[in-house]
Amino acid sequence: MDSPATYLSWGFILISIPNLLMIIGMIVLFIVALVAPFPHGTDEKGAKERRDD
Amino acid sequence: MTESAQEPEVDRGNWTLALRRFLERRVPLVHLLPDRQPYFVGSWVYVFGVVAIAALIWIVATGIVLVFFGPQWWHVSNIGHFVNALHFWSVQIFFIFMVLHLWGQYFAASWRDGRAPTWLVGVIVFAISIVATFTGYVAQQNFDAQWIAINAKDAMNAVGVGAFFNVLNFGQMYGLHVLFFPIAVTTLVAVHVVLVRMRGVVKPIDPPGAETSEPARRSGPQASEGPVA
Repeated sequence: MDSPATYLSWGFILISIPNLLMIIGMIVLFIVALVAPFPHGTDEKGAKERRDD
Repeated sequence: MTESAQEPEVDRGNWTLALRRFLERRVPLVHLLPDRQPYFVGSWVYVFGVVAIAALIWIVATGIVLVFFGPQWWHVSNIGHFVNALHFWSVQIFFIFMVLHLWGQYFAASWRDGRAPTWLVGVIVFAISIVATFTGYVAQQNFDAQWIAINAKDAMNAVGVGAFFNVLNFGQMYGLHVLFFPIAVTTLVAVHVVLVRMRGVVKPIDPPGAETSEPARRSGPQASEGPVA
């Protein structure tokens, strides 16, 4: 924890591995939130009818 | 509501009455505390903002404890370390989910249909939160705080704010961190939530089943909210 983080460099991009992992984790969480079914969401009885109103 | 219609003409110019009528008209309780939401709110994307608010509550609660016991306590005692860590990680969660909330609202173009004030208040909350966190980092009372402050002072001076925002002044940074910024962030978050409730949640850009854009059939602040589920 007290040692400096390892950095990745690619051209002008310089990022530490912890920061990169955090960003990747956030992107994965965002995608999961988009596709994961939400409990009691659109499968509720009558939801389709109300949507078509 | 019915009382307003019966108010005598003489009450015009009464600020209290005007404010009450404004709130009744713009922020009715049925919008402020809704028991039903549009069907498209049934998505995990809408949970991000709530998690950010939950983290903010933890930040404020642990911050109050830290204020009462002080730097020596949070650096030396085990329970102090624990509360300090809770405060730190709550901030990390607050920012992670605030950014996820920002992504969700950006891709939904949630400034549509008169929701620009809601979007702008959110942007201001984000900006102020960054400065609030920065003052927290320089108010830790450790070598990390000194390192950050010594490096940051040149940036502050370069942009011309060093005279009244002196990062080497612990008292100023600590005071801003525990008083000004918490009040600013929590107040603006409350305004943000009320604005969301006033206008309702923005309708999807291409809602399922809608072949053409639906004409405005209803009036009122939540007219574009869509059907409920």
